[in-house]
Amino acid sequence: MKSYILPDFTIERDNTRCNNCRVCIKQCSYEVHFFDKEAAQVCAEEANCVNCQRCVVMCPTRAISIRKNPNQMRTNANWSEEAMKAIYVQAETGGILLAGMGNGCSHPIYWDHILLNASQVTNPSIDPLREPMELKTFLGRKPEKLAIKNGKLKESIPPNLELEVPIMFAAMSFGAISLNAIKSLAWAARQEGTFFNSGEGGLHSDLYEYGKHAVVQVASGRFGVHARYLEEGAAIEIKIGQGAKPGIGGHLPGEKVGKEVSETRMIPEGSDAISPAPHHDIYSIEDLRQLIYSLKEATNYEKPIIVKVAAVHNIAAIASGIARAGADIIAIDGYRGGTGAAPLRIRDNVGIPIEFALAAVDSRLREEGIRNQVSLVISGSIRNSADVVKAIALGADAVTIGTSALIALGCHMCQKCYAGKCSWGIATQDPNLVKRLNPQEGQRKAANLLQAWKHEIKEMLGGMGINAIESLRGNRLMLRGLDLTEKELQVLGIKSVGE
Amino acid sequence: MLREGQVRIPSGCAISGIMNKKGKCFNGGDIINSIAVMHERSNGLGGGFAAYGIYPDFKEYYAFHFFFDNSSNKEKTEEILQQQFIVVKSEPIPTRKVSSIKDVPLIWRYFVQPKSKLIRKINLTEDEYIIRFVMTVNSELEGAYLFSSGKNMGVFKGVGYPEDLGDFYRLEEYQGYIWTAHGRFPTNTPGWWGGAHPFALLDCSVVHNGEISSYEANRRFLEMYGYKCALQTDTEVIAYIFDFLKRRQGFSPEMISATVASPLWQEIQKMKPSERKLVQAIRAVYGSLLVNGPFSILVGSKEGMIALNDRIKLRPSVAATKDDFLYVASEEAAIRAVCVQPDVVWAPRGGEPVVGIVEDMTKPKYSQREEKLAINS
Amino acid sequence: MRALDAKSLDYKALNIKIKSYLSSGIKELVLDNVNGQRFIGDGLKGNCKIIINGIPGSDLAAFMDGPTIEVHGNAQDGVGNTMNAGTIIIYGDSRDTLGYSMRGGELYIQGDVGYRVGIHMKGYLAKQPVIVVGGKAGDFFAEYMAGGIQIVLGLNLKQEEKLVGNYCGAGMHGGVIYLRGDVDPAQLGKEVKKMAVTEEDLNIINKYVVNFAEYFKMDREKIMSKSFIKLIPYNKRPYGNLYAKW
Repeated sequence: MKSYILPDFTIERDNTRCNNCRVCIKQCSYEVHFFDKEAAQVCAEEANCVNCQRCVVMCPTRAISIRKNPNQMRTNANWSEEAMKAIYVQAETGGILLAGMGNGCSHPIYWDHILLNASQVTNPSIDPLREPMELKTFLGRKPEKLAIKNGKLKESIPPNLELEVPIMFAAMSFGAISLNAIKSLAWAARQEGTFFNSGEGGLHSDLYEYGKHAVVQVASGRFGVHARYLEEGAAIEIKIGQGAKPGIGGHLPGEKVGKEVSETRMIPEGSDAISPAPHHDIYSIEDLRQLIYSLKEATNYEKPIIVKVAAVHNIAAIASGIARAGADIIAIDGYRGGTGAAPLRIRDNVGIPIEFALAAVDSRLREEGIRNQVSLVISGSIRNSADVVKAIALGADAVTIGTSALIALGCHMCQKCYAGKCSWGIATQDPNLVKRLNPQEGQRKAANLLQAWKHEIKEMLGGMGINAIESLRGNRLMLRGLDLTEKELQVLGIKSVGE
Repeated sequence: MLREGQVRIPSGCAISGIMNKKGKCFNGGDIINSIAVMHERSNGLGGGFAAYGIYPDFKEYYAFHFFFDNSSNKEKTEEILQQQFIVVKSEPIPTRKVSSIKDVPLIWRYFVQPKSKLIRKINLTEDEYIIRFVMTVNSELEGAYLFSSGKNMGVFKGVGYPEDLGDFYRLEEYQGYIWTAHGRFPTNTPGWWGGAHPFALLDCSVVHNGEISSYEANRRFLEMYGYKCALQTDTEVIAYIFDFLKRRQGFSPEMISATVASPLWQEIQKMKPSERKLVQAIRAVYGSLLVNGPFSILVGSKEGMIALNDRIKLRPSVAATKDDFLYVASEEAAIRAVCVQPDVVWAPRGGEPVVGIVEDMTKPKYSQREEKLAINS
Repeated sequence: MRALDAKSLDYKALNIKIKSYLSSGIKELVLDNVNGQRFIGDGLKGNCKIIINGIPGSDLAAFMDGPTIEVHGNAQDGVGNTMNAGTIIIYGDSRDTLGYSMRGGELYIQGDVGYRVGIHMKGYLAKQPVIVVGGKAGDFFAEYMAGGIQIVLGLNLKQEEKLVGNYCGAGMHGGVIYLRGDVDPAQLGKEVKKMAVTEEDLNIINKYVVNFAEYFKMDREKIMSKSFIKLIPYNKRPYGNLYAKW
């Protein structure tokens, strides 16, 4: 069958710079570059290029640049090149379009339509570098009332996670990303007083030493879930859904199920690891309660239980149900959340922006008087520290970052995570590629990112005249909406700029 | 905060039902003990019971159970009642103080007969007349909610755990031949007694577990036939579907099952031609009444009880028999709590109805049709 | 051996008692009048034995890692959920999602089992979980199976009753199912291949039927005298061609 699909990228090689050292050939995991003996020079098979930028960065003479294929198809406002390409691909393969990373559609990014406040005259801003500025956050269930007897605490509060910075690393499984990538995040989490998340692939034996800083996940496939795994983690997360693919299960392609992944997950090597859309023991809200308490019973009520869901239309009622089912922390992932692999149409068309989900959930839980009993963690494209501050002011206790963390490790967003060929050693299990990510370097970069954001958050808090993160939580007066409709402002529960 | 009906509140639940096939009456103690075992399945924000055969002295009259927000709502409602009905008895429904049951509305019952000349005037059957009255009260009268409207039966419900509500309503003082119960786990704080289950219309009552995904498709279909879904709950929609199929279309329990929990096409293909033709036609015509997503329901009526699960069995249910008793519940433990040694215990398959018919009914409506299908078995 | 009356104890109280007995060194515990209490044996380790008289509630022995549980009565949903090691013997029926994502250990059920039993079963090298069902199984039996062994004996099947329901082995990509008797291919998931058993298979089946016959006082030879078939996945990547790279 003759393929109608044109290469997405074109590779420009400056022959005055190229000295045919062949580093690009070695570095490219997608087999783009090759040495053409007849022409006696390095050439490229452009159709294979995913624009991961590895060759560009590694080329010692800076001879390579990659551009979008300049060819222009006859498009119109309705039929874009992308829309046509999707049809060519499906006509040639009959397959479900599979994409990596989060929804990149050109919908508004609401964080960018929200602006922060600062103090001027009427109350002072605070100097964050020299005066106290507290970011410590507790995640977990809070009792309705403290039991106090004779001026002493009679009963300690239920188990809570203690965070030095209200940012955790998002759930990314061993399988989806490499062991070196997870080790980098685990170390950085420990270093900075926060948590990483095992994702649904179990914990590789090398990671048990980071258990006190691990959130261990229980997803529908129950990969690597056993008593010790549950005990080692600081908290247990029941994964119901994920922002990139609400209503869809996980699917780790066989290419990424090597020996160690196979062992950790207890499935055949090279088979696809299937996590179905539902937990087959949760078909209703009272079943969620059953699993929550099953996990609590198994761990003697010593761990907070997180329930993670995707932001969908009815998220406020769902979150309320989760709180009532006994979850200690609710994690909500917005429609821009990342993924190693998701069906393109699901990723781009299902779910709602996290900003709205967060605002709706926080408001609903407050209306019902139960917001203080549970913690709220959100995610779904937190790109910088300002997003973190806006999220907390809208009502979150903390956020998790996935894509941002991977970019810190070197990801260049080629969005081909499902291929298992990640040239940066992150979303791959190929031992030759995995070793490209040096965990010592990775952990430093991940920790640096947290530190940098921490400083920036303090700067912004100080500007608002706030020196403890608690005073920002749900403090929507610190936010104003720019270029938003009346309805959007109403759902977000914020005023317009100038109001 | 928005009240049930103004907002859709998905819920999970526990259900239980007990019937005596000979129509012999027993008190409400058993059903309370049964539903109490499944305490974990509800969260204290809703519970209720339906009981059949409890008003033998007034069995010719419609028994209206009302919640009123305050006495002026009550007076207004009574005025309208007096205009349209002969009220032979009115009284507060007896309750006792239970510490966990709070914010109790005024709860009254009225035994009534519609004034016949009014019915003749608008050319409706008596049942239709009652249904219209129920719909009007619940959608138009503020602060009044008519939650039980059958003859010789009654619904008792509220906000709380079902076992506490059973105690509150003194159900051990009633004698009925069918009892169903519901413990609710709403994902919200409804706080409104009318939103609890069972949901009932005339003598048809429904308790239900699960959140259905086809709610809006079902609702919009029903609204074409004059049903008003005031509560936005799955249970209400299911009750109307049963009413529509049974009363208006004359469907047998098996045909109702084949509509709401239609066999999968793969199964339909394997049926005998005549059967296939019927099921295919049901699905083609009433596809909008397919109830999709997880459910396990118990429908009570004066003739008997039907239990049904969704076709891929996403909610649990267990049935048992002992002598003349039929039991259905979300968990076997709920049956064993009141019947230690049943004769038979089984888990019905998805889409396979469990039908209990009271034998000494003078004219059992369920068996009057000829189609005797074992569609889903 | 120690006996404990579960009557009027809720699950939390009961499980605290069980754990405290076991941690005091008691190796065998009898629970009487159990009716609906959930999570018994949840996350328990070691080699103790719990004998349950009555109907244990859902998620019996979830995440369990070693002990033996005998149930004299029917069991409810979710028995052996994500269990890692140990043995459960049920002298009765068991309901839906029995052995969900089992990683190890053995389940023996004298009677029938419900929907979605043995789904997501795992297995790695020598660690292969086992489920043996004496009666019949409902729809979606062994869905997503990735490892381990599941055996359905179909003892005392009534006329027209089937060994397994529909969609048996849907999404299977590892492990093996043995059925005593035949199955209509239309009942199988499309990922599943029906095969004749080999001598080696019969040895495996026999190993577990020996236990089954012993637990339930049945005649092993009689069970083994009927022929078995085996179901395995066509390949370990049933969805390898389902996706097109974007």
